[in-house]
Amino acid sequence: MDEALIPNGVQRCSPKTFFLWMLVWLALISWGLVSAFLCFYKGLNQTNMNHYFAFGLWIVFDLSLIALGAGAFFTGFLAHVIGNVFIYPFVKNLKTIVNAAVVIGFICYSGAIAMLGVDIGQPLRGWFIFWHANVHSMLTEVSFCITVYLGVLTIEYLPLIFSNRKLDKIPELNIFGDSLHHLVALFAAAGTFLSFFHQGSLGGMFGVLFGRPFAFRQGFFIWPWTFFLFIHSSIAAGPSFTLLCVWITQKVTGKTLVQKSVFTLLAKISGWLLATYIILKILDTIGWAYGVVPRAGLSFMDFYQGFYGVWLIIAEIGVFGIIPAIILITPQLRERNGLLVIGAAMNVIGIVFNRFVFSIQTLAVPVMPFDTFMSYLPTWQEWGIALGTVGYGILLFSLSYRYLSLFPQEAELNPVTIFGQVVKDFGVIKRG
Amino acid sequence: MKKRDSAKGARYGMVIDLDRCTGCGTCTIACAAENNVSVLYDESDKTRNINWLKIYMLTNGKAFPHTEVVYLPRPCMQCGNPPCVPVCPATATTNDSDDGIVSQIYTRCIGCRYCMAACPYHARDFNWFDPAFPKGMDRYLSPEVSPRMRGVVEKCSFCHHRLMSAKSKAYFEGRRDLREDEYIPACVEACPTQAITFGDLNNPKHRVSELIKNPSAFRLLERLGTEPKVYYLTTKDWMRRMADNYLQGESKKEGNRPEKKNG
Ligand code: SF4
Ligand code: SF4
Repeated sequence: MDEALIPNGVQRCSPKTFFLWMLVWLALISWGLVSAFLCFYKGLNQTNMNHYFAFGLWIVFDLSLIALGAGAFFTGFLAHVIGNVFIYPFVKNLKTIVNAAVVIGFICYSGAIAMLGVDIGQPLRGWFIFWHANVHSMLTEVSFCITVYLGVLTIEYLPLIFSNRKLDKIPELNIFGDSLHHLVALFAAAGTFLSFFHQGSLGGMFGVLFGRPFAFRQGFFIWPWTFFLFIHSSIAAGPSFTLLCVWITQKVTGKTLVQKSVFTLLAKISGWLLATYIILKILDTIGWAYGVVPRAGLSFMDFYQGFYGVWLIIAEIGVFGIIPAIILITPQLRERNGLLVIGAAMNVIGIVFNRFVFSIQTLAVPVMPFDTFMSYLPTWQEWGIALGTVGYGILLFSLSYRYLSLFPQEAELNPVTIFGQVVKDFGVIKRG
Repeated sequence: MKKRDSAKGARYGMVIDLDRCTGCGTCTIACAAENNVSVLYDESDKTRNINWLKIYMLTNGKAFPHTEVVYLPRPCMQCGNPPCVPVCPATATTNDSDDGIVSQIYTRCIGCRYCMAACPYHARDFNWFDPAFPKGMDRYLSPEVSPRMRGVVEKCSFCHHRLMSAKSKAYFEGRRDLREDEYIPACVEACPTQAITFGDLNNPKHRVSELIKNPSAFRLLERLGTEPKVYYLTTKDWMRRMADNYLQGESKKEGNRPEKKNG
């Protein structure tokens, strides 16, 4: 049915199977759309956020998605900028995964922006951030950079879309896509610049809250330490997330899409970045515990109570920080397929923990001595929007995988043979 | 952290004598009526209702007969170094350098709630619901203050519209300065025990500028450096200590920062 759209030389499942697969994600998206409708129509009372929890599940998802989407800019930066400009051939290998990283990045950023659109109380006034911009606000910087960067990701995504077998035949699109493609290194560099700033500003958003000793950090010039730590952690976890997504795609499709060496290279880069990040994070935590905390008249344990106990810091830094760092930097460990994936997954979970702690625990901890610890559980509408975004991501990635050449090595690694002959121009193979 | 010179002109502030406050709640009612504060269907939900001036009931934690109770009214502290202002991405909240009042521009607020995360006093409320007023009450709305729409943040403004009226009146009478009694917020006016004194902290003729020199005057969470312009008075030591966080064995004196004059 859709053979004409499927890239040359690769095999895809039957349209029926694909349709059933898509149904699952369409169901999640529908849940998200119903929830979004309710939030727009009835207001944010559909959530369990309140005056204490001004931020909730969506901000945790937003921060996590943006951190994990960092794989796009960082892989692009390594492959196109470091690989081309500085001619480090080993990173050029990453070009085989860069398309997938761009699509994942696009999904993460567009999903995050869509969620923010529901999260703000007056969505129609979203543009006020640009019109009445307050240059002192980290949130202004975040908004500017993620909007522009989504533009960059779109520009990086378009040539991929235009390279689709059918669209490629339209000369205008072909030329347009080609010209964009030639500028890829430039966009990768612009993306890197923008990403550094918004990843940092997201951390800065919390680090500047001097009324909240749990989040507040001193820093360098106007940037609190969280600014730098958020950049560092995003480039540590982003490649792991890209790796994980590609690995899952391999499992689902039952194919080898990139060489193992690419996985181990990503894991190695991710691992070393995570290891250095964890060292800095530990130093930052010690500095905070002996600086900001006593200056505010508080002790370390004042911040860890009830559900938001010390287990969070042990989980974030110890279990999902130090352990994956060791797995990913040790060659013998990361060479083992299972451990490589476990290490990457733990790295990703660690970063989600970190973003959760900064956005939710910051608000749960009382500042006035006579206030109490608060707790919060999201409503089905909040889950709907968060999981709907996940559904959207999987749906768009599945479509991209099916119809675009996400993995340049796929045909080579999975030759389609009929009667012992390798078939180059082969669309769909019907199964069952 | 960088301190802002928030008030070159007047620096309006409040001194609340906690020993006089009986916790009757008249100030909150007066505030709500004056500022068209909307009512929730379920007002018992204190984590979502709109309340510009919240009264906390605090006790010394001792058993009867040594129990002591203090009622602590908490308006917006109108911080001299407000954590909420620099974070707002849409410049919807500003620190007015003419009077030191932290304003909120409802029609510009996008409802991102970043300012609420920044304020350690929980002085900011978000409109989770459409504003509603019980039947008949809508006829008593004040024309001086715009009601707020769903999806924006609001907070105590020190009845800023009263300052505007007082200034206009003075202008027409050819005066530049306001008399002490010309501009006072609704809560101050309504308090039956006259527990709240209001005025320009920079003006030595105003009573507040004297009252804040009282050794038992204190502010909430002074250590954070927010420089609140709402002061409290009490003779109760435990209450003064409860106004901020202290490490074990740390005395109140060690913990507190000296007041920053222009904060
Ligand atoms: S009390 Fe809160 S809302 Fe009021 S000025 Fe200070 S930080 Fe801002
Ligand atoms: S909720 Fe409104 S006032 Fe508060 S930071 Fe956002 S835009 Fe500014």
